[in-house]
Amino acid sequence: MGSSLLTLTIFFPFLFGIPLLFFSREKDALSKFYALAISLIVLAMSLTMLLNFDGSQGAQFQHVALEDWLGEEVDVKYVVGLDGLSALLFAFSAFVFPLTILGTWTSVQRNVREHLFFLLALETCVLGVFAALDLFLYYVFWEAMLIPMYFLIGIWGGEKRVFAATKFFVYMLSASLIMLVGIIYVGIRGADLNGGVFTTDYQKLTLLDLPFTIQAILFWLFAVAFLAKAPLFPLHSWLPEVYAQSPVSAVVTGVLLKMATYALIRFNAGLFPQAAAHFSTLLAVLSAISILYGAAIAFAQKEMRLVLAYSSISHLGFLTLGIFAFTEEAMQGAILQMVNHGLSTGLLFLLAGFLYERRRSDRLSDYGGLKKAMPLGAMFFMIATLASVGLPGLNGFVGEFLILAGAFKSPVLHSGAFAALSAIGVILSVVYMLPMFQKIFLGELKNDLNANLKDLNLRETIVATAFVVVIVWIGVAPNSFLKLSEKSVATVIEKVQQNSSLSSR
Amino acid sequence: MVLQDLTLAFSITFATLWSVLLIVVEATAKRAALTYALTSVGFLLLITMTIFPSEQGYAFSEMLRVSPYSQFANFVFALSGLLVVTLSQGYLVRERIHFGEYYVIVFIATLGMMLMASAGNMAVLFIGLETMSIALYVLAGIMRKDKLANEAAMKYFLLGAFSSSVFLYGVALIYGATGEMTLFKIGIYLQENGASPLFWIGLALLTMGFLFKISAVPFHQWTPDVYEGAPTPSAALMSTASKAAAFVAFITVILNVSSQTENNANWQLALSTVAVLTMVVGNLAALAQENLKRMLAFSSIAHAGYMLVGVVAASDEGYGAALYYSLVYSLMNIGAFGVIALIERHREGVNAADYAGLFKEKPALAGVMALFMLSLTGVPPLAGFVGKYKLFAAAVESGMSWLAIVGVLASAVSAYYYLRVVIFMFMREPQTENQFDGVATSPTLVIIALLVFLLGIFPTGMLRFASEAMKFASRF
Repeated sequence: MGSSLLTLTIFFPFLFGIPLLFFSREKDALSKFYALAISLIVLAMSLTMLLNFDGSQGAQFQHVALEDWLGEEVDVKYVVGLDGLSALLFAFSAFVFPLTILGTWTSVQRNVREHLFFLLALETCVLGVFAALDLFLYYVFWEAMLIPMYFLIGIWGGEKRVFAATKFFVYMLSASLIMLVGIIYVGIRGADLNGGVFTTDYQKLTLLDLPFTIQAILFWLFAVAFLAKAPLFPLHSWLPEVYAQSPVSAVVTGVLLKMATYALIRFNAGLFPQAAAHFSTLLAVLSAISILYGAAIAFAQKEMRLVLAYSSISHLGFLTLGIFAFTEEAMQGAILQMVNHGLSTGLLFLLAGFLYERRRSDRLSDYGGLKKAMPLGAMFFMIATLASVGLPGLNGFVGEFLILAGAFKSPVLHSGAFAALSAIGVILSVVYMLPMFQKIFLGELKNDLNANLKDLNLRETIVATAFVVVIVWIGVAPNSFLKLSEKSVATVIEKVQQNSSLSSR
Repeated sequence: MVLQDLTLAFSITFATLWSVLLIVVEATAKRAALTYALTSVGFLLLITMTIFPSEQGYAFSEMLRVSPYSQFANFVFALSGLLVVTLSQGYLVRERIHFGEYYVIVFIATLGMMLMASAGNMAVLFIGLETMSIALYVLAGIMRKDKLANEAAMKYFLLGAFSSSVFLYGVALIYGATGEMTLFKIGIYLQENGASPLFWIGLALLTMGFLFKISAVPFHQWTPDVYEGAPTPSAALMSTASKAAAFVAFITVILNVSSQTENNANWQLALSTVAVLTMVVGNLAALAQENLKRMLAFSSIAHAGYMLVGVVAASDEGYGAALYYSLVYSLMNIGAFGVIALIERHREGVNAADYAGLFKEKPALAGVMALFMLSLTGVPPLAGFVGKYKLFAAAVESGMSWLAIVGVLASAVSAYYYLRVVIFMFMREPQTENQFDGVATSPTLVIIALLVFLLGIFPTGMLRFASEAMKFASRF
């Protein structure tokens, strides 16, 4: 049981999502409760694994199956496992899905059962991405994710949903097909280690010692896919549309983008350390641009969800900076910040969704003075905003602080300039986040439509509370979370730093 | 001695006898439903025969070469034949062309394919090719009173006859150069004596004949018109099994002359140029199509290009990947044509826009079609992805990464036109009410969809089947 629990957790949502397609269309409530139950069971299973997770060990809960998946001549198989890099993100993904189902309980009214099915299928793909320890398997999950996402945006999105869905699909497919060539190539190089047999086994490939030029090519074949998904400037153009049109933006922020930043650590740093060290300055520059550029554009937006979308670009810049600083603090901070950003921006997106459901508008100018009508909503929105701007005591502070501290003393970046520039981004985040809160909740109730808005109901309060509890928990006691990734991060950093001294010599 | 040959080539013997039986039954009873049933039974029996690995050996004075390789190919043909026949009936009844001949001809076409796959001699290769082609010409024009169908049949016949003669000329020249008709003896001769210019001209002409059948660029112009005019289910057969047959035979020929083609830069350049052109032209032209049958025609050109990548790779992995791909491609393409056949009404309802709102009216059918489209795009976890992966991996492994990159980019382009269908089905409102009344989802389609999905997740068994088959491919 111990070894197959992980596999069960991954495929549970999809397998048990299939019956949803046969539910009666009249009984939407039943479908919703069923899907919620499924996702809660998955959450329970992932928490069990997280509690039994030992941060000082390597990959755990490993499960190997389908030994000769693509024939006997090649070593491609189904391997999943959790290590310090993935355990927290895995559990966090399982945490986001039931809350998203609850959060979009009433906002989706057409084709409810299909919506839930695609959501659960998406959960399987996301969990699979975090657990996969074989590059081919990883690619299958990574790419399969496009199918449910495509339908979720395209069927249940806003006005420009078809355009957004197509753009998202083609953008992601092109980027990841390039990665596929990289995977094939690294698998062929891996044959040297594996007795001449093509292999995509991650744990075997980490031992690979490739010459720098090949590392550099492979680094970019992989990086393009991840940076496009992250997204880092200049590959970000798909994101605002997808966010604005998607009914499940909370999931997108919460987990989809993290799949990319996670993959940067796992593959780009883990497999091509020398190239990673070499290109770290370039990526730090791109990160700094993303941070400032995202912040500047977010400031100019007049719609809630677009502010949040561009703020995500800014926040994602912090993550890539944290990763490519290659110090233990910064990378630990980046991993924690992946969760943090998912929590704070995810909650903000859900709250924006609640507001939209009531008022059918995204424009900030349509709101104002909602504090009186919706005191609970205002409180949660405030907490999420403060978490997002990095107020000490809440989760965002811990992550950003670690990233900046690590980036200042980074041995590969050789300069504190990136950290200094990024610190400006923290200040800017206050400049665009607080006015949004102000425009929505403070001031006078000018518009009659706003006066009669109902406050959050019980369901919405439960969802928001769940987010806030974790936000505060991480803010107050970050150590228990940081401990999970300590060992794995140290391994990656050590490898990169060794190689960076090699490359500078 | 003859008995031995007959048992060795049992599936071909059986298919021949069964064709005769079908002809007799159709000629005497004239009951389309009966012929339909008997044809299906024939295909079912063929499938059961071909599932089990056969012995290998030569039959009928080295005319036929029976091996797991031809067995795998026969399996693909029989499966495609069965699926096409099952998907045809409703269509034929609706279009008022429900003749028993249709089924007989489909079966005979399959027999021709089987001969091509088992050919040990260039004469048999040609006989197989013609048996298949002539049957397909008739299928293309079976809607006798329809202008488009007549045009299709005429075009297909004239161009096809021309390509056959080119092919035959190639056969003659190779015979002239080597003095042999038997494939493996040609191989031995070439290895001992090398190739003369005459041989190369012959091989080039032979290759052109094959490229015409798989509709590779620049021999592809007939494809869209023929697929559009032919009855939809038979277009499915033309785009899948007949291409698979041409590929299988082409690979056999290449393997036998490999002493000359291996490490031959000109040969590789020529073939890879054709592969690149086929992928690029097929995908780009498909972008502009409104008519789904034409769109699938151009997409089938593109897919022929992907399979050519495996042939260019010229390794067992590459050939095996092409074999495997011919199976999954047959499944998903027959599925796609099957959906079109269900919705088409007298040449109406074949444009992408006619699919608007299908999801609302017939969610299962829309879901099945979306699955085929996504599999054709090559998105995991569907079968099309594994097939493409194997093809491109073989190319990278043979040191032709650039070819894989072209293929990968071409398939990124293809996402756009496959998704257009999905957009219309799922994200647009129906044009008129009750548009899809009377459209019933066929269980065959659901089974194909399941196969496409399961082969994507558990491809191991089929891949092994294909790579085992490759080990027994005819070599000198």
